[in-house]
Amino acid sequence: MAKAFQKIYTKITQITKATCSVKATNVGYDELAQVEGRLAQVVRIIGDEVTLQIFEGTEGIPTNAEVIFMGKSPSLKVSDQLAGRFFNAYGDPIDGGPVPEGEERPIGGPSVNPVRRKQPSELIATGISGIDLNNTLVSGQKIPFFADPDQPFNQVMATVALRAQTDKIILGGMGMTHDDYLYFKNVFSNAGALDRIISFMNTTEDPAVERLLIPDMALTAAEYFAVDKNEKVLVLLTDMTSYADALSIVSNRMDQIPSKDSMPGSLYSDLAKIYEKAAQFPSGGSITIVAVTTLSGGDITHAVPDNTGYITEGQLFLRRDSDVGKVVVDPFRSLSRLKQLVQGKKTREDHPQVMNAAVRLYADAANAKTKMENGFDLTDYDTRALSFALDYSEKILAIDVNLDTTEMLDNTWKLLSRHFKPAEVNMKQELIDTYWQQ
Amino acid sequence: MLTKGTVKGIISNLVIVEVDGAVAQNEIAYIDLNGTRLMSEVIKVVGNNVYVQVFESTRGLTVGTEVEFQGHMLEVVLGPGLLQRNLDGLENDLDKMDGIFLKRGDYTFPLDEEKLWHFKPIAQPGDKVTAGSWLGEVDENFQPHKIMVPFIMKGEYTVKSITQEGDYNIYKTIAVVEDHNGQETELNMIQRWPVKMPLTAYKEKPRPFKLLETGVRSIDTLNPIVEGGTGFIPGAFGTGKTVLQHAISKQAEADIVIIAACGERANEVVEIFTEFPELIDPHTGRKLMERTIIVANTSNMPVAAREASVYTAMTIGEYYRSMGLKVLLMADSTSRWAQALREMSNRLEELPGPDAFPMDLSAIISNFYGRAGHVTLNNGKEGSITFIGTVSPAGGNLKEPVTENTKKVARCFYALEQDRADKKRYPAINPIDSYSKYIEYPEFEEYISEHISDDWTEKVNEAKTRLLRGKEIAEQINILGDDGVPTEYHITFWKSELIDFIVLQQDAFDDIDAVTPIERQKYILDMVTDICRTDFEFDNFNKVADFFKELINIGRQMNYSEFQSERFHKYRTQLDELISRKKVSA
Repeated sequence: MAKAFQKIYTKITQITKATCSVKATNVGYDELAQVEGRLAQVVRIIGDEVTLQIFEGTEGIPTNAEVIFMGKSPSLKVSDQLAGRFFNAYGDPIDGGPVPEGEERPIGGPSVNPVRRKQPSELIATGISGIDLNNTLVSGQKIPFFADPDQPFNQVMATVALRAQTDKIILGGMGMTHDDYLYFKNVFSNAGALDRIISFMNTTEDPAVERLLIPDMALTAAEYFAVDKNEKVLVLLTDMTSYADALSIVSNRMDQIPSKDSMPGSLYSDLAKIYEKAAQFPSGGSITIVAVTTLSGGDITHAVPDNTGYITEGQLFLRRDSDVGKVVVDPFRSLSRLKQLVQGKKTREDHPQVMNAAVRLYADAANAKTKMENGFDLTDYDTRALSFALDYSEKILAIDVNLDTTEMLDNTWKLLSRHFKPAEVNMKQELIDTYWQQ
Repeated sequence: MLTKGTVKGIISNLVIVEVDGAVAQNEIAYIDLNGTRLMSEVIKVVGNNVYVQVFESTRGLTVGTEVEFQGHMLEVVLGPGLLQRNLDGLENDLDKMDGIFLKRGDYTFPLDEEKLWHFKPIAQPGDKVTAGSWLGEVDENFQPHKIMVPFIMKGEYTVKSITQEGDYNIYKTIAVVEDHNGQETELNMIQRWPVKMPLTAYKEKPRPFKLLETGVRSIDTLNPIVEGGTGFIPGAFGTGKTVLQHAISKQAEADIVIIAACGERANEVVEIFTEFPELIDPHTGRKLMERTIIVANTSNMPVAAREASVYTAMTIGEYYRSMGLKVLLMADSTSRWAQALREMSNRLEELPGPDAFPMDLSAIISNFYGRAGHVTLNNGKEGSITFIGTVSPAGGNLKEPVTENTKKVARCFYALEQDRADKKRYPAINPIDSYSKYIEYPEFEEYISEHISDDWTEKVNEAKTRLLRGKEIAEQINILGDDGVPTEYHITFWKSELIDFIVLQQDAFDDIDAVTPIERQKYILDMVTDICRTDFEFDNFNKVADFFKELINIGRQMNYSEFQSERFHKYRTQLDELISRKKVSA
């Protein structure tokens, strides 16, 4: 691969599990190199000593290894030929197809000037009322699923991707099992959506550090379609916890002082750089990011979900409701921060108040349930709240419900009217006069 | 002669430069990356090796690159035309930059260089002036913007001449002053100031005491902030920090509002860009944007500039305060600023303090909060900076270094509570844990007695006690069951719920409920206190809940109705009728 004029360095001074240092001059920061044919990136330069992070790991690298600097940072060739293709973390095809032609762009490019962004205002309908009614998604938003590994987040994410009206779906898989990769491939191909899909994949079989390239690859492709082609792009990133794990491996090997949960002190900025690529552009294109952050035992105080929560515009929690035997979108812990930009504006006027009232009453039911479990007598109100909660869980929150927003609102009014009195729902009188079902 | 150097080492945005001469700590240097000038700041010096933090990405930078030091620290330009600007953390005008994406090395001037300002002199030839003295004024968005003697000028000067009233641009010499050696200096409308140095051209800093109305009931009524006060809002994600901050910045009765979006979401800044030019300032009837300056360094913009952004915002605040204006400065979030300090401290391989934050975090935070305050200027006029910062505690745990160190210095504490947020009781300010130290100031109490009423403080304290009592009873009911406590307890509990629902909870997205002027807050507090002081009689606890739910419902309808409107009075009549039915007759 070495071109004739490229200088080959062979003086390796230090090797760790993920990095090696080489004596070299005239090397740019962030530049790519090949060490014995393995891809590596410059992470530190002190005088003539250049430290390289080797994505595949340093197993078998000798002290006289050949190091060739490539004079550029990691990049992706962008063009319409990307559509329908599957790539690895370096942007090389893994589907047996030809290497796409196109303009070569460095990945991890600059941020959008905040004054050039537009305020997101387009509703993304998913049909899942736990999302559309209580946590409405908006194009240009970034939102993760916070889920334990056993929850069906990949299925819900695939459903969201296929129902959302988007021009391209870009899947970035980090530490994904091969089975899940095939699952996505099958679901998209069965839905006849393969030509809209672009996939960058790092499975559990690939080296962990390679994952660090996946989000930037996916988002460089996304920016091409959203900015150059004015398309609506949905980016799926799963699983961002695996990405953060790779960050902590690298920082650990670089002797950085770890902060909370052994994560690097720069975790917030590292994650923000990725998520903030979500944007509504003035020309109509948009990048929406739906990600997955797996939790350990539902713990959201861990550094990864915690920092993520401060960056993203809300989060979606799935929970198995044993009372109705279905997986529901948890209305208490889930939140879409952009929902007020569309609720009652792109949807019916009663949307915000209906949503809040139903969640508040659902909370009353949760209190009543605690009372019941503690062996206390229930009041008439408690009993009604409990029966409301069952209906609400099954007919509204369950992920298998597929309705349009107006139907969701009508159904919620039905449940409110069935179980409560108008004075108990704490809503504006005008709305009650219009929508209360006698 | 400016010192020069060459790049010797690069670790992310920390660059080691070998120099040939003198440099100062915090001095600014430009790294010449193939014609693109990258701005950086000196943060450590070891012999000939100078460590600089670069305010941009260092991608592609090589050893041997030339560096030019500037002989000054990070400065901002101060002058008319800052209002309504969207600036980045280094005071570049974001609107003047080309293209959708930010480009490295793209630095833009924050002011309009062509615009003519209508200048009116204030000082006369022969006047003795010092730094910060008012020479004249121009009209900036209907605010009297004072043109002042530059703050960097030391000692006393005599005004030699001053330009007559007329329209001039910012570069026009408007005055000539002379020091005691007869050395003359020409002054125009702009000046520069290093952001990390407090601007202290004032006579004294008395204790603040004037209520700063925010229109948010759980702040103004329960834990008020004052003009020149400091406060902070810690809260886990999803508890409504940003909605509350935006509400305060929209509604507060300030002359100038500066919003420092420090390491937060870009879409939140976009919301301000989009809404503020449309929204009306409730106090002046003018567009909100006309009194606002946004300093935006969102989470994906360079980390080192994030640290600078809060200082930039504070310095601009101090500049307007020196004109005798009421400034409100909001920083969202100071935790991101502390994290920027941590990232650099780690790269410098300093010994870490708690949670890997630098050891001097406490001092940095307290010095920063110390720059806010109510001041008496040298000419006897008054100005103030009210500072409210948000804190994003890791894991929602308030026992972390940024929250703890902020608690030591900020006088108001607005604790956002997850549990309230989960129950959609917004704003989720916990009424029991939160506090305002200003309530204890006798100056403040005197001010309130004079401006609202002399029984206000008593009623506020009574409401707080009822809230606490209500919480205790709720816990007892949880343990003993509804029928395990006397009906009296239920009444006390529901009275606290009444205060919660009618006074504390407020719909930030409803046009009327979102902002409550102080007269209306007084009306609500009087009404709720009267109800709470009324004795009621019920057969059993179920009747208590039914009755109060109905009361609460009517009270909320009142909150949604225009104050003193027909509708409002209709609900008030309903409420009074309902009360008289259950009241114990004397």
